[in-house]
Amino acid sequence: MEAFTQLNGLAVPLDRANVDTDAIIPKQFLKSIKRAGFGPNAFDEWRYLDHGEPGMDNSQRPLNPDFPLNQPRYQGASVLLARENFGCGSSREHAPWALLDYGFRAIIAPSFADIFFNNCFKNGILPIILSAENVDTLFREVEATEGYKLLVDLTSQTITTPQGAVYAFEVDAFRKHCLLNGLDDIGLTLQHVNEIKAFEANRKASQPWLFN
Amino acid sequence: MSAKTLYDKLFDSHVVREENGTALIYIDRHLVHEVTSPQAFEGLKIAGRKLWRISSVLAVPDHNVPTTDRSQGIADPISRLQVETLDQNCSDFGVTEFKMGDDRQGIVHVMGPEQGATLPGMTVVCGDSHTSTHGAFGALAHGIGTSEVEHVMATQCLVQKKSKAMQVRVEGKLGLGVTAKDIALAIIGRIGTAGGTGYAIEFAGSAIRGLSMEGRMTLCNMAIEAGARAGMVAVDDTTIDYVKGRPYAPRADQWEAAIAYWRTLHSDEGAHFDAVVELKAEEIEPQVTWGTSPEMVTAVNGRVPDPAQENDPTKRGGIERALQYMGLTANTPIDQINIDKVFIGSCTNSRIEDLRAAAAVAKGKHVAPNVKLAMVVPGSGLVKAQAEQEGLDKIFKEAGFEWREPGCSMCLAMNADRLEPGERCASTSNRNFEGRQGPGGRTHLVSPEMAAAAAVTGHFVDVRQLLN
Ligand code: SF4
Repeated sequence: MEAFTQLNGLAVPLDRANVDTDAIIPKQFLKSIKRAGFGPNAFDEWRYLDHGEPGMDNSQRPLNPDFPLNQPRYQGASVLLARENFGCGSSREHAPWALLDYGFRAIIAPSFADIFFNNCFKNGILPIILSAENVDTLFREVEATEGYKLLVDLTSQTITTPQGAVYAFEVDAFRKHCLLNGLDDIGLTLQHVNEIKAFEANRKASQPWLFN
Repeated sequence: MSAKTLYDKLFDSHVVREENGTALIYIDRHLVHEVTSPQAFEGLKIAGRKLWRISSVLAVPDHNVPTTDRSQGIADPISRLQVETLDQNCSDFGVTEFKMGDDRQGIVHVMGPEQGATLPGMTVVCGDSHTSTHGAFGALAHGIGTSEVEHVMATQCLVQKKSKAMQVRVEGKLGLGVTAKDIALAIIGRIGTAGGTGYAIEFAGSAIRGLSMEGRMTLCNMAIEAGARAGMVAVDDTTIDYVKGRPYAPRADQWEAAIAYWRTLHSDEGAHFDAVVELKAEEIEPQVTWGTSPEMVTAVNGRVPDPAQENDPTKRGGIERALQYMGLTANTPIDQINIDKVFIGSCTNSRIEDLRAAAAVAKGKHVAPNVKLAMVVPGSGLVKAQAEQEGLDKIFKEAGFEWREPGCSMCLAMNADRLEPGERCASTSNRNFEGRQGPGGRTHLVSPEMAAAAAVTGHFVDVRQLLN
């Protein structure tokens, strides 16, 4: 996993509540057995005017000009500004894979769905919760200002706007540590092999039916 | 000792270690399907890692499998590759898999409980958000992402922070024609799709205790649609009777010890919940969703809402967009909405009791002429066999329904079963998101009874009128 420390990225607004993972990456693309390559199909049904299927040449497909990601001023965006309950629905990790592959490294919203939130951290994406008022302010500013970039700093847990306003955010200490260092969870957990083995042996003794 | 919630008991008893509020919890059962596992198996292979405990894993293909004739295999080459990849990975790693054609094959959340592979007191995970279903057994069960699938495969543990606890109490007696699905939708209508975010929900109260195991599974299945990763119900005789004698249930010599432990799996008197929501069973009516999120729901006697009545601009925008997508006009009575297709199936409502209830409504009637397709997709091969033994297949076929092979099918339309753009469907599944059942498709979530009633009348109708 790529580490996340600081990002000075162009922000793009996606002004919809309850954006679900089916919308982030529609199911026809989940048939892939790979982790990479989902970016061109992120938000497929909103982004293109035709119906997308795996194997299509996405560069030839008609774009929906009204969709923010397609507007010239937002090209190259790496910070996604979203509304409440972002990432609800299925557990598909293809959703963060698609966002990462598209180029997003940070997502700012008033709230996230739990599984999606968790999946982001596993893939080097930083999901940031700000109050609804602050998110509103950012929406207004990003829409009013072309080239609006946000400076996201994980170490100090702050977002700085082009005007110099600073917003602090919370992040779990363990997740922060993993993200800052790009650490693989499995490797970390396997440092505790003996504890897991001891726990398992106990369990087998007290509830043997779980091991039938 | 202070009073504990069921969630406390389940969580605390699985903590291997804890540091600064982040715990490593031990996983007893890992269910696997073809969509969210290939990248996890690949990760293990690349890192040269093995499965920590092979006997904890059970695999089944469900999302991509065809529900029509299977003798020719899977027509779509990409779907076929995904299922073949599961077969290959299971054989490489020595995992038990119920393949297509095996009677035990079915939707992963139907198969697990049916096999007794889901037991009270367990932690159950699966790379699928509807893993919450298994909480019906007094288990701690939730969906995980593919990175976590790989993590559990390699370590038998999950990195987890404890959630807050919510109790949803439903007291009283459900009316005729009102089901666990209606309870679930009514709860989501009340608390919203993010109402349970950050919580583990325990469903309690006399109406919940009165539900069968299958009803409890339907309810816990929908916990994720309320934003909660886990839903659960305390263990009682209903739970224990259901588990007894299933293939993976405790052996006879283990049984007494098992049930003695299981009987402790309930919230203690006076246990603290961070939030409590109460509903009266008598006030719950058959529900129908009208929008593109499960919280966009009303009683069958209600109307499509009017965005002009909504003051919150984000919500108003959401309603307007939903009505436009759904092709609905504000204030239309729900029972005047005509449908094109009917889907009875999914991990929410494809078990034998669901099929019996739908068949009871369909019996002696016929699918309405405006309904192009009404399909019944049993949750597993065993459910299908049981239904056929009871003659339910005949009732459905005589009424003009199609009787299919088990799988996820048109719940998410990864296989060939799907809605065409603009088609409207009465569906017993769990998500009515845009495009969920096919691009441009319009989904209305209902109970199996309500779906069958819509099939035979051609529009939504209060099933109680047909039952009286
Ligand atoms: S039936 Fe639907 S919700 Fe359930 S596991 Fe299959 S696709 Fe997911």
